[in-house]
Amino acid sequence: MNPLLPLFVVTPLAGAFLIMIIGRFIKEFNKYFASLILLFLACLSLYFLFITGENVSVYKVGGWEPIDKIPIGIYIVMDGFTAIVVCIINIVGFLSAFYSISYMKRYTAENYYYALFCLMIAGMNGVVISGDLFNIFVFLEISVISAYALVAFGVEKNELEASFKYQVLGGIASFLILFGIGFIYWKAKTLNIADIKEAFSTGYDRTYFLFVQILILSGFGLKAAIMPFHAWLPDAHSSAPSPISAMLSGVLIKAVGIYVIIRLFFNMFPISGGMSILITTLGTLSMVTGVFLAIGQWDIKRLLAYHSISQMGYVVLSVGIGMMIISKGGSKEIAALAITGGIFHLINHAAFKGLLFLNAGSIEYTIGTRDLKEMGGLAKSMPATSATSLIASLSISGIPPFNGFFSKLIIIIAAIMAHYYFLALLAVIVSIITLASFMKFQRYAFFNKKDDKNERRIKEVPFPMVFSMIIMSILCILLSLLVIPQIRDVVLSPAIDILMDPSKYTSIIIGQ
Amino acid sequence: MKGMTLIVKKTTQLIAGMILMYGIYVIIHGHLTPGGGFAGGVIVAGSFILVTLAYGGDFLKLVKEEAGTTIVESLATIMVILVATAGFLFGTQIFFNNFLPKGNVGELVSAGVLPLYNIFVGTEVASSIFIIFLSLIIFKEESPQ
Repeated sequence: MNPLLPLFVVTPLAGAFLIMIIGRFIKEFNKYFASLILLFLACLSLYFLFITGENVSVYKVGGWEPIDKIPIGIYIVMDGFTAIVVCIINIVGFLSAFYSISYMKRYTAENYYYALFCLMIAGMNGVVISGDLFNIFVFLEISVISAYALVAFGVEKNELEASFKYQVLGGIASFLILFGIGFIYWKAKTLNIADIKEAFSTGYDRTYFLFVQILILSGFGLKAAIMPFHAWLPDAHSSAPSPISAMLSGVLIKAVGIYVIIRLFFNMFPISGGMSILITTLGTLSMVTGVFLAIGQWDIKRLLAYHSISQMGYVVLSVGIGMMIISKGGSKEIAALAITGGIFHLINHAAFKGLLFLNAGSIEYTIGTRDLKEMGGLAKSMPATSATSLIASLSISGIPPFNGFFSKLIIIIAAIMAHYYFLALLAVIVSIITLASFMKFQRYAFFNKKDDKNERRIKEVPFPMVFSMIIMSILCILLSLLVIPQIRDVVLSPAIDILMDPSKYTSIIIGQ
Repeated sequence: MKGMTLIVKKTTQLIAGMILMYGIYVIIHGHLTPGGGFAGGVIVAGSFILVTLAYGGDFLKLVKEEAGTTIVESLATIMVILVATAGFLFGTQIFFNNFLPKGNVGELVSAGVLPLYNIFVGTEVASSIFIIFLSLIIFKEESPQ
């Protein structure tokens, strides 16, 4: 039991309300304090990534010990997979908060912005470290309600419309999730994820079970914007202030959507053939359709938002392939490889999509438009933005030395080894179309016109923004090191082990 | 925003105090009787809302009141976190630990830290519901007819 675990929720929560009080009296307090909190959390999450490794640490809030091996309190669980996602949340969160120091100068009411930002971080950390189904729901609501407010932060017509759409669809998703949790509680008489697994292991009604799984999948699928549920994402992600877009696209859809789906369908529900085919189909659908919707866009942030759907499709697809192999009783190694590819791509996507949204924010900050047709020739006047966005574009389209290449390669190899040749072919084609659409982005934004005299007097963005973008681009390059077996064993393998072996997760939590 | 008639004002004078007292009663007996921080907080907020509705108040005064209430709300949340962290610092390093002596069952001062949580949650709920109400009024006054 590690006493530092609750700090992931306590620190940002306390920080949010301190900003609301002290920020009223001291100007400039809010931005530096928020960055400081997130820097602390980023260091803490890296510390947990290194100490967690293979072991699972369980924290019982309030000191409520289990009676007769039945958990009665709220459990906080930190295992390999949690450690990775917590790292993503807090590191991207810190870089976005630091970026906001300059970017948010144009907006009023900065106190509210930083307070909501900290609340969103607290909610996402809570979702990820919680080992209790209802607690996941509570923290999910904290994070998405802050996200609704942050999407509408510009208070223009478009922002309000996007936020309203997001709220309506998010409300439906929350309803479906709560309904599903209620059904589970009705039969299992418990809310602890490991204990529910125990309760279901004795046998269950198949129809009931399918109904619950569909409810949970569609609820969290709406939060994760998988294909048939994606309608809110392009509006919401393109209308928010850019650091928030980076947070929403890079982190939020993973932490409250994909992470929970993977966690519940591997560690709580027994893996069934029907659900794995459904998940793979949804993944393929969003991967293919997302990229075709993206390539026609002329608004940069909308283009990036559609690519988020497509890239999340890769993650869901590879996890689904892993589930299909497990449900058919196929080779464990290939299933592990497929899931490795999915989680690796999840980490990489946080780095490059966060960076791309920060780039889009920089462009919008200097020239005040998001329309690709009105840009051009920025490469000379904004060298840092241009270079970092080139790195991110090459990463997302899967060009060799960068991280996106290796994760896509693992996914494609896993699909071929599992004899899903058609899915592998689709993954390659989608990757090529992604490259095409990012070539369009590069050409229209940075090259295209000659602007030698710099008539528009465009300058490079201020230091905090450049700093965040450069750190993100270094991450984009360094993350490809995860493919080396020695490093992969330390970071990725514990996460794969805990997902591949649900009985280990259950026995550790119930046993303690 | 204008106030209401003399009859309403007089009745409010008579009952607002009682509603407030009842809310406080529900909050501090939260660990003994049904109710607690949330229910009591809503009742307390009700008494404030009643007074504001009956007597009205000009725009600037309402904005000032809203600022004060926001600070109270944030302070209440921070106090809840502080009490929870105190459980972490004293004794067994467990967050939300009940570190105070439990006392006898049924007495007003018993159950360790639970009454403290009830009081702060009550303050938080009362102030946040009052803020929602004030924000709606301020929005209506600000928006053009």
